[in-house]
Amino acid sequence: MPVQYYIFLSIALFCIGVMGVLMRRNAIIIFMCIELMLNAVNLLLVAFSKMWADAGRVDAAAAQIFVFFIMVVAAAEVAVGLAIIVMVYRNTHSVDINILNRLKN
Amino acid sequence: MSTQQIIFLVLSAIALVSAMGVILSKNPVTSVLCLILTFFTIAGHYVMLNAQFLAVVHIIVYAGAIMVLFLFVIMLMNLNADIEPQKRNWLKYAGAISGGTLLVILVAALRDASMPTLQPGATDIGLIGNLGKTLFNKYVVPFEVSSVLFLSAMVGAVVIGKKED
Repeated sequence: MPVQYYIFLSIALFCIGVMGVLMRRNAIIIFMCIELMLNAVNLLLVAFSKMWADAGRVDAAAAQIFVFFIMVVAAAEVAVGLAIIVMVYRNTHSVDINILNRLKN
Repeated sequence: MSTQQIIFLVLSAIALVSAMGVILSKNPVTSVLCLILTFFTIAGHYVMLNAQFLAVVHIIVYAGAIMVLFLFVIMLMNLNADIEPQKRNWLKYAGAISGGTLLVILVAALRDASMPTLQPGATDIGLIGNLGKTLFNKYVVPFEVSSVLFLSAMVGAVVIGKKED
């Protein structure tokens, strides 16, 4: 199976995530779309890891280690980001991101 | 068409449809459930790409921890109702057009690239012994740094989420 299939699948998932970030105004949905983009990149890294392993490289496992670290950063990001969203909801009683324009002007 | 291609096509179709469900559904809980389905199909792709341990970790971390956190927040704040006001429709079309343009450009740029074909045979790079050796030999410093990152994220989440009085 060509590795292009996986590249195109990752591109499609990533672009769906970009569309969600641009279209939706609910902060939680935007956050989930960021997770979707991170996962598209993870899938691409794993596909390239398999590609290099087929080519006989011994350090092909490094790509999977990268995926681990991306998961670590995503988990930390979700913990802090959801705390921020809860705090915003407590202050404004909404998670609409268009309310958060106080730094404008 | 080989078995691997059939599995790939089925998993990809489910992943794309449920990813569209994430961004199109009105109810945030439905979005979370669609995203969990997407993560399970991505875990299936990991198994097919000889990353078995990564697939298990992916399910545990994403479907087990992160998505539960999302569900907690949504249900705790009672966001089930459709609170998203529907004015400014052109913003939606602009977002869709921008994302679609990115998709077209990336696909057009990579369509003619010559890439090797993945072999159907199994390799053992994704097994836990191999990954553990790589992690603790070459990447032990980033591993320790990530523990500091987790600690700071934990403290930061508690400090931010605390009610100031």
